[in-house]
Amino acid sequence: MIRALVAPLAGAAVGLLIGAAIIAASGTDPLVAYRGLVEGALGGPRQLTETALKATPLLTVGLGLTVAFRCRIWNIGAEGQYLAGALAGTTVGLLGQASLPAWALVPLMLAAGLAGGAAWAGLAAWLRLRFGVSEIIATIMLNFVAADAVSYLTRGPLREPGSYLPQTARLEGPARLPTLPGTRLHLGVLLAVVLVPAVHVLLWRTVRGFRLRAIGAAPGVAAAAGMDVAAGIAFALLCSGALAGLAGVVEVSAVQGRLKDGAAADYGFAAILVALLGRLHPAGVLVAAFLFAVLTIGAQAMHSALGLPVALSQVLQVGVILVALVADALARRRTAAG
Amino acid sequence: MAGDPEGALVELRGITKRFPGGTLANDAIDLDLRRGEILALLGENGAGKSTLMGVLYGLLRPDAGEIRLRGEPVRFRSPRDAIRHGLGMVHQHFMLVPTFTVAENFVLGRPSPRWPLLEDRRAVAARIAGLARRHGLAVDPDARVDRLSVGQQQRVEILKALYRGAEILILDEPTAVLTPQEADELLAVLRGLAAAGRSVVFISHKLDEVLRVADRVAVLRDGRLVATLPAGSTSAPELGRLMVGREVRPSAAARSGERGEPRLVLESVAAADDRGVAALRGVDLRVHAGDIVGLAGVDGNGQRELEEVVAGLRPVLEGRVLLAGRDATAAPVRERLAAGLGYVPSDRHGRALLRDASLADNLVLERVGRSPFSRAGLLDRAAIARHARRLVAAFGVRPAAVDSPAGRLSGGNAQKLVLARALSRDPSVLLVCQPTRGVDLGAVERLHAEILRRLDAGAAILLISTELSEVMALADRILVLYEGRIAGERAGTAATAEELGPLMGGRRAEPARAA
Repeated sequence: MIRALVAPLAGAAVGLLIGAAIIAASGTDPLVAYRGLVEGALGGPRQLTETALKATPLLTVGLGLTVAFRCRIWNIGAEGQYLAGALAGTTVGLLGQASLPAWALVPLMLAAGLAGGAAWAGLAAWLRLRFGVSEIIATIMLNFVAADAVSYLTRGPLREPGSYLPQTARLEGPARLPTLPGTRLHLGVLLAVVLVPAVHVLLWRTVRGFRLRAIGAAPGVAAAAGMDVAAGIAFALLCSGALAGLAGVVEVSAVQGRLKDGAAADYGFAAILVALLGRLHPAGVLVAAFLFAVLTIGAQAMHSALGLPVALSQVLQVGVILVALVADALARRRTAAG
Repeated sequence: MAGDPEGALVELRGITKRFPGGTLANDAIDLDLRRGEILALLGENGAGKSTLMGVLYGLLRPDAGEIRLRGEPVRFRSPRDAIRHGLGMVHQHFMLVPTFTVAENFVLGRPSPRWPLLEDRRAVAARIAGLARRHGLAVDPDARVDRLSVGQQQRVEILKALYRGAEILILDEPTAVLTPQEADELLAVLRGLAAAGRSVVFISHKLDEVLRVADRVAVLRDGRLVATLPAGSTSAPELGRLMVGREVRPSAAARSGERGEPRLVLESVAAADDRGVAALRGVDLRVHAGDIVGLAGVDGNGQRELEEVVAGLRPVLEGRVLLAGRDATAAPVRERLAAGLGYVPSDRHGRALLRDASLADNLVLERVGRSPFSRAGLLDRAAIARHARRLVAAFGVRPAAVDSPAGRLSGGNAQKLVLARALSRDPSVLLVCQPTRGVDLGAVERLHAEILRRLDAGAAILLISTELSEVMALADRILVLYEGRIAGERAGTAATAEELGPLMGGRRAEPARAA
């Protein structure tokens, strides 16, 4: 485990060095810039909270994708499933917030989020299993459909009465996730952390996880051993969709407070990176999600504190991850060849 | 070495290769290859034959030792390097693009003289035809590779090596995929190549063909070269002893032959292959309890489809499949397994084993959902490991580390594992496909004995194998599958290779197109 981390971390260091060169070229002292990055992301309770909040959706979605990718099901549609979950959860929240107490409404909203994401992924599963449509194509297409559906609904039926913005009404009191008193840390952060061991148990301690990994490793072998490959594929897609949907409703209910057009903020795509960078191990995904969040929050801080262009921060963020992935791949190829 | 270095084209000196994990695959091997000779490299699976040739062909780097080619020390960094120095290798798994024509496969990976355009197709085809004529390797340059028989594909591989100027040809178990007639033809071609001054290394574990074709035989055992003998002055028993390290007795199947009720019945079964082309055309077959039916035939005549139809992996288009008296035509695999079917798939990596999963996990693939391996959906790791340790010991799987990945096992041990899994469920019907492909002699004995033990316990066994000697050694009745039909049936004890060979070839004697 420790050795597995050496290569990506070394890669990240190289990426930071390259980033330093770019920052220096743009006329800023890279040491000052990086200090801004670290302090911005990790410098205090407030910063750490921001980073944790940023990591939460990445972690939740990434864990779901870990399940799917372990089964060799390439769900590229977490973005759409996230929106479907957000939409379902928000609708339940808006309908229930006037009449239901939080202890009843919050679980309902979370369930709606899980179900919405699963249903959206279920469409792709159905297309794959019924018609043989590649899940990659189906999930990508469904991303567009989900984004357009949110766009339409936030402008039409679900638009906040009297507003001109493409967004729903605010979720109020009982429809908001509880937070740790005095902080912004919400129930969703806790859920994401609890999901880490849960997914680990699912994959390595349950019969279903065993079958899932067998199907991913060699579907022909799994079929010859009498496993239901179609059921495994469906489960993998539904499970990853459900967690993406959960992330969606959590983000709306705890952070945004309402569903806006363009709400997904690329979490569904970034989580693919997070899952792969985490080597499809739940603990690895936790580390990867946190690092990703550090870079994002830190880059924003660098931008606001030092006036570095946002684009530069993003280049830095993506560059570090890219080099880390390359280093990881190189290290693995060497062990495979040796 | 006894050989005189004067005639040595290739000299391997002190070749040592240790794999991570400590296995000493080659231990200080000295070996010469002379110009114009056929050198057989004989040894069990895991003896180090493929490693040694991998070193020679630039696929592996030795930890110690030296390769000399025409007296000059050489270091091959890759197969490309080796090819440039006049080596060619025909692997067990052909390195051909199936959807390309023969000629297209020849230009693949070679610089084109008219870059960026491809080499002129007709010129290539003419050169191939010329080469084919010279060496008696009839092949149609414009035929798509996936339309060719396995034997023809092998000729393409040999021609490809010659086309690239190979003076030294390494063939890895080349007869494993051929009919007896095709194998004879191949051996004749190799003799011709040697007579024309090329040198051939012939990797094999079949004693008789080694004695027929080789000038000299080098025997490897446990990574060491135990002997190099002129083929003319040795015998099959001697080679067998050298190879295994003890006497080998042929597995004989003389039994009482008591038959019970039919356990596996196929009634005019038709099925299609993956491309939707008819692959089984009305197969009737009946296997009784205590009966072992051998299905012989050349690879690609419907064996795989028949296997999958019986296992439940391929839909039956017409006809019925009865398993233990019940109609199982549409039953999924798990119902058939529950009904008492034991299945040893022919495709070890595509159907039988998860390479990266542990031995223990592989041994419970079929029943991980059952007690004692899981309870309430949670795996019982301890029970799975206990089960694995018991089976691995009972079947002599080596190495016996049940946590190590199955992909590390040699062919023989992998096959023991698969058979152990199937037999551990006490199947009443056993479908065994290619149980000893790529398996060493010692393990073959063991595998055959286990299969026969199951038979004595009253199982109905269907053995599908392209290894004719195996079918003849084990089966009570032999059916020959040709182009999706049962082309003939013989009693197992009475059948001879001369009699079965023509049935296996049907009337489709290969056209000599290049003539």
